[in-house]
Amino acid sequence: MPFEWILALRFLREGRMQTALIMAGTTVGVAVIIFITALMNGLQASLATRTLSTQAHVSVRAPDDAPTPVLERAGATSVVAHIEPRVQRLRSIDQWQRVTRELVALPHVVDVSPITTGSGFAFRGNASKSIALMGVIPERYDRIVKVSDKLTAGQFRVGPGEAVIGIELARDLGAAVGDRIRILSSENRDDVFRLTGLFDLGVKDLNRRWVIMPLRSAQSLLDLSGGVTHIDLTVDDIFAAEDVATRIVSQTGLTAESWMAINTQLLTAFKNQNMTTRTVRVFMLLIVALGIASVLVVSVVQKQREIGILRAMGASPRRIMRVFLIQGGIVGGSGALLGSGLATLMVYGASFALLQDDGSALISGRIEASYYLTAAAVAVLTGLLAAVAPARRAAKMDPVEAIRYG
Amino acid sequence: MADILRLEAVRKSYNVGMPIETEVLHGIDLALRAGEFAALIGPSGSGKSTLLHLIGLLERPTAGRILIAGREIDALDEAGMTELRGRTLGFVFQFHHLLPEFTALENVMMPALIDQGRATRAMRERARGLLAKVGLADALDKKPSALSGGMQQRVAIARALAMNPPLVLADEPTGNLDSHTADDIFALLREFNRAEGSAFLIVTHDARLAAGCDRRIELMDGQLLAATV
Ligand SMILES: Nc1ncnc2c1ncn2[C@@H]1O[C@H](COP(=O)(O)OP(=O)(O)OP(=O)(O)O)[C@@H](O)[C@H]1O
Ligand SMILES: [Mg+2]
Repeated sequence: MPFEWILALRFLREGRMQTALIMAGTTVGVAVIIFITALMNGLQASLATRTLSTQAHVSVRAPDDAPTPVLERAGATSVVAHIEPRVQRLRSIDQWQRVTRELVALPHVVDVSPITTGSGFAFRGNASKSIALMGVIPERYDRIVKVSDKLTAGQFRVGPGEAVIGIELARDLGAAVGDRIRILSSENRDDVFRLTGLFDLGVKDLNRRWVIMPLRSAQSLLDLSGGVTHIDLTVDDIFAAEDVATRIVSQTGLTAESWMAINTQLLTAFKNQNMTTRTVRVFMLLIVALGIASVLVVSVVQKQREIGILRAMGASPRRIMRVFLIQGGIVGGSGALLGSGLATLMVYGASFALLQDDGSALISGRIEASYYLTAAAVAVLTGLLAAVAPARRAAKMDPVEAIRYG
Repeated sequence: MADILRLEAVRKSYNVGMPIETEVLHGIDLALRAGEFAALIGPSGSGKSTLLHLIGLLERPTAGRILIAGREIDALDEAGMTELRGRTLGFVFQFHHLLPEFTALENVMMPALIDQGRATRAMRERARGLLAKVGLADALDKKPSALSGGMQQRVAIARALAMNPPLVLADEPTGNLDSHTADDIFALLREFNRAEGSAFLIVTHDARLAAGCDRRIELMDGQLLAATV
């Protein structure tokens, strides 16, 4: 082992109490940093997952009709033109089968489900309600929004002439499984459906409006023979949704919206949380750094005589400096190691202690390997940086002073 | 034999350029031959330690030349001085200045460890042999705090000789030891001088011990007494 390491390790080992305290401080600091990061990411993921249980991660549709300005600019006269946005017709996605195959091939994309949706009314007896027609391929759609998990009655089976509706709509219409309802679309076509199931998606508006029916039925009701209005998809990393959406827009020319673009409030909340976490992390690191630096400064002063004699024995100032830098690095590194262990226990404990309303864990008990690596790198770096000032002080120490007044 | 040490018109002032500037050494001319065993004596405050620190390359002179083993120290940078200090000089101080975190054996290995960067078997063997010579074969793994003052000074002597330096500088090596222990330590230095051929320059207040040296150099108010050079 090199001279500098031998000295650094021995100084730390023999500085028992000081070393123990500073290691404990670094350990707790690193543990808190990892824990709070894991906690925040866990909370956000579970919040996002909950939000996304009734939403596609990315929703693709045909681009909007751009209104064409009627007036041209003429010469130097500037014309103020107020352009009314055109009322959007239902538009289907060109060659949606080909687009669907293209989307499946994109990185991150997991499931893809073509949908035809539009508005209409549901009638039963003399009750009528405004609704949203959701024409889907059931097996595919079930992988995007797990309707079959959210049924309160019947089953998620929508063969020709069958539909499932939300519990609110069922109550409004006074309908139950097995009953028939009549649907009138915005295109003035109508059809009768037999209810095979009732769902509760946890969102009142959806429970009140959605009528899930076979894709073909929606297509004919909305006069879009063979067309789909949307393609919904899920991705493997929900926070990659925006990137995926951007990619889809540039690759297909269609409009694609990620859940992030739709739920801007949620995303803003996440951003604020992230800033809070970052602030806490920075301050924890600062405290850790100050702790390491102060202990090393004291150690340098205590070892003044030894540093003098080491210099007299031929140790250069540079090597003396290295001895203290190494101590900082070791404290940071072992703090990272112990802190990672502590954080693992804390996160594991929190996965049992923090439960959601339904009794499931709010965060998973696992920590991503990258947190450990980042924390370790940052802790070692912090230790080294914290040791710079004490180490320089040690290197500058005048050996004669140490020897003469030792 | 060649001179291991030459001083020519060496001056040392403290607080240069300030109103309290004081010259401690006023032009020292001195030569020490290889293998010589010399005592440096003089009253308190006469500049003995200052002179030793200049020779030990721990401080630079204000004026004059110092040559150690034929090398002009003025021409050396910090790295050169550090190397010369490590390989050519050995130090023994009044207060032993052992490293309390390390055992006697490790303390004696330290100069070689600094020189070579990492520990070797040969280093360990040499340190073991030196400690045996100073009568501490049984105390190899003891920390300094577990040793008496005399034993600590023996370890410090063994350490000073670890690199087999041609010149050993000792500043009151027996200063805080009882007279019996002091005699032992002195005898030990003498033995190393004979066995290893290192030159010694020993600062002492003890006239009896000084009398046992080949040569007595006397310092008075920052000047050497001509008769003793
Ligand atoms: N850093 C310094 N600044 C100013 N004066 C100093 C400094 N170091 C030493 N001196 C002065 O130089 C003079 C010589 O000191 P030095 O320690 O060399 O004497 P000494 O002969 O070793 O004395 P002693 O026998 O008491 O050890 C003293 O007057 C001392 O006060
Ligand atoms: Mg002195």
